[in-house]
Amino acid sequence: MAALRVVVLSGSSRTFLNAPKTIRTPTANMSISSMSRSRKVALSTFGVITAGGAGLALMLHQSVKASDLELHPPNYPWSHAGPLSSLDHASIRRGYQVYKQVCSACHSMEYLAFRNLVGVSHTEAEVKAIAEEVEVVDGPDESGEMFTRPGKLSDYFPKPYPNPEAARVANNGALPPDLSYIVNARHGGEDYVFSLLTGYCEPPAGVTVREGLYYNPYFPGQAIGMAPPIYNEVLEYDDGTPATMSQVAKDVCTFLRWAAEPEHDQRKRMGLKLLMGSAILVPLIYYMKRHRWSVLKSRKIAYKPPK
Amino acid sequence: MALAKSVYNLLFRRTSTFAVTIMVGAIFFERVFDQAGDALFEQMNRGKLWKHIQHNYEEKDEE
Repeated sequence: MAALRVVVLSGSSRTFLNAPKTIRTPTANMSISSMSRSRKVALSTFGVITAGGAGLALMLHQSVKASDLELHPPNYPWSHAGPLSSLDHASIRRGYQVYKQVCSACHSMEYLAFRNLVGVSHTEAEVKAIAEEVEVVDGPDESGEMFTRPGKLSDYFPKPYPNPEAARVANNGALPPDLSYIVNARHGGEDYVFSLLTGYCEPPAGVTVREGLYYNPYFPGQAIGMAPPIYNEVLEYDDGTPATMSQVAKDVCTFLRWAAEPEHDQRKRMGLKLLMGSAILVPLIYYMKRHRWSVLKSRKIAYKPPK
Repeated sequence: MALAKSVYNLLFRRTSTFAVTIMVGAIFFERVFDQAGDALFEQMNRGKLWKHIQHNYEEKDEE
């Protein structure tokens, strides 16, 4: 700034601004345009070799993955897959019915309480009725005894087994995982769970599966302790939806996605509002930047070499 | 232009009215923006939210 002021004060700025282009300016040899031809060729060769090598390494790395025994699930078009798409709450409701009638025989959901269902898939009166069907151990009372009472909204989902060891004994040594966060806890999320539930098949020739295990190509190791849990008409939906195998699997996956991510809808709602706010603010900020910089972008600086 | 000038003279010229205008404007803007966002989200996800299927289950309880 000081140099500029000196130039302006000296009164010769006009002559420098109008000076012919033949004025010699010292340049540092740092830009590509000022390089010699051979240097340019060498540099571009080096760049091409580096990029090609990186690409080749990436390709080789990809092809190594093909020897993996694991079958990765395809991407299914979930109705909640879009960046602004909410969960299908009718599907969550059906999914809870599937969990209650099918999955809960072996799988716990210990981080979910009955109250979590209120306003998501059931009304408060309905959830109270569901909770009252469950016997909950409470206590101790005034004589120091534990007692059972009907469940309340604040109770957590009942567990099928009192502890993991009992679960292992009852299931041939395999522990049925807790389903509270299962969709977030597995690679592939609901795509994986859906593929696993519907992917049971006969083992290929030459593969023998141990007694008590089942062949499932999507399960790491291919031998899973869970028997095929769902099939066509495994249950009858309250809302009359035909309970095909894929419908049941889709509903329970939607339910499990909600269980793992109860804030899902709120998150996307806030995301939409963020985008709306950005649509107002970003153009304003861009205009302000252009406005502030217009002074700097349109000035011309002349350098007066010392004599 | 005449509108902008009268708005300036009426509201933005004095600091006191300017501050009041900003505060009252913020309240109204926030309400309108929030409700517009919710309406848009519900329009985009029509039939999927609990709000849209709630009536199917509440009527049964009242009967």
